[in-house]
Amino acid sequence: MSKITYKDKDGNSKTIEVENGLSVMEGAVQNDIPGIDADCGGGMACATCHVYVEEKWLDKLPKAEEAEVDMIDMAFEPKKNSRLSCQIIVSDELNGLEVATPKKQS
Amino acid sequence: MKKTDVIIIGAGPVGLFAVHQLGIKGLKAVVIDNLDKAGGQCIELYPDKPIYDIPAVPECTGEELTKRLIEQIKPFKTELYLNERVEEVHQEKENWIVKTNNNEEFMAPNIIIAGGVGSFEPRKISLKECEKFEGKSVFYAVKNKDNFKNKNISIFGGGDSALDWALELSKFSKVTLIHRRDEFRGAQHTLTEIRKLEKEGKVSIKTPCQIDSIESDKELKSINIKYDDGKIEKISTDVILGFFGLIMKLGPIAEWGLNMEKKTIEVNPENFETNKKGIFAAGDICSYPGKLKLILSGFHEVALASVECFKRARPNEKYRFEFTTSSKTIQDRLGKK
Repeated sequence: MSKITYKDKDGNSKTIEVENGLSVMEGAVQNDIPGIDADCGGGMACATCHVYVEEKWLDKLPKAEEAEVDMIDMAFEPKKNSRLSCQIIVSDELNGLEVATPKKQS
Repeated sequence: MKKTDVIIIGAGPVGLFAVHQLGIKGLKAVVIDNLDKAGGQCIELYPDKPIYDIPAVPECTGEELTKRLIEQIKPFKTELYLNERVEEVHQEKENWIVKTNNNEEFMAPNIIIAGGVGSFEPRKISLKECEKFEGKSVFYAVKNKDNFKNKNISIFGGGDSALDWALELSKFSKVTLIHRRDEFRGAQHTLTEIRKLEKEGKVSIKTPCQIDSIESDKELKSINIKYDDGKIEKISTDVILGFFGLIMKLGPIAEWGLNMEKKTIEVNPENFETNKKGIFAAGDICSYPGKLKLILSGFHEVALASVECFKRARPNEKYRFEFTTSSKTIQDRLGKK
């Protein structure tokens, strides 16, 4: 289990324990965290699980593969710290990770 | 108005296989989809990506799967109504009437909604001010390129659509291509071509930047783009073209009085009927305890739904379960001798 904090567009945040091995997207969907739609269910095919990763955590994540970066082009208001939460797998190293959800997903 | 036994909404793998399951039971169907081709997410999102979990097909791409399904339903000569979006559904006695955005009307005792996660629509520029220029000077597709002659055109996006149109429209207009990062993800020869045009000064490329604001009176005058380092640049612009890919919208389905859970339709897993008699949902769009969003689940779902469709379309006939391997009737319907 690792603690993941999800911040919404208004700055409200919720910290939950997510099982290691699940994705940050799955952690949100299973715990009814709003702001992550994940229409395609984790297939890197839709960009509706788009999150902004807190700067200090960016380097600790495995680099996004090309397909993920391509898909982020399609996200709503992508930024430098944009990632698809379905591609971030929770592990002990990510205990304490903070992500923010965009104003909207689609 | 066209009469049939079943109206299928969605021409993805599940909608296509529904034609098969209905067809072998002797039922006629029509398929409606708002994209310009069959295949749904398989074609729109991953035509070249492999799928590994279709039973007895160790590996195939989204495009191959679609082609095979179309081949499989050929004997039933089903009409596909593409570029049509279902807008309205209402009941008339035992039948459902479906009306599309192009005013096509269909009537049938059954509807199968195999709509995936809704209909695909272009993702739009997030600036509110762009809305009022949509269709006048802000576009998300090029229908007739003659309308884009001798203009200052700002094209946004980093994929094939953005690159292809930048190439094409630069022949007779001043084109600026704008993308949020330095890398483009188009076909290699298009990329080479566009870099060549950039060197010759025929296309201007701006990266990494995004739209910041627009300046306009009655007409669009210019746009301001913001670089990653915060710098702002003004570009004279008559036309904005945005190619940010497609998003999925549930659309009018949400207003048909069906029991919904989030963006999905609740069904009875015995026959995949919704809370409305004669309206069924299958594939990614339906939900029931234990639902898995897999293509193979969708195939199972339409097989069961087709039995209930038969009972409603042929109330005076008895449904007989048959195997394709041994049933002479089914083989006739498949055109096998």
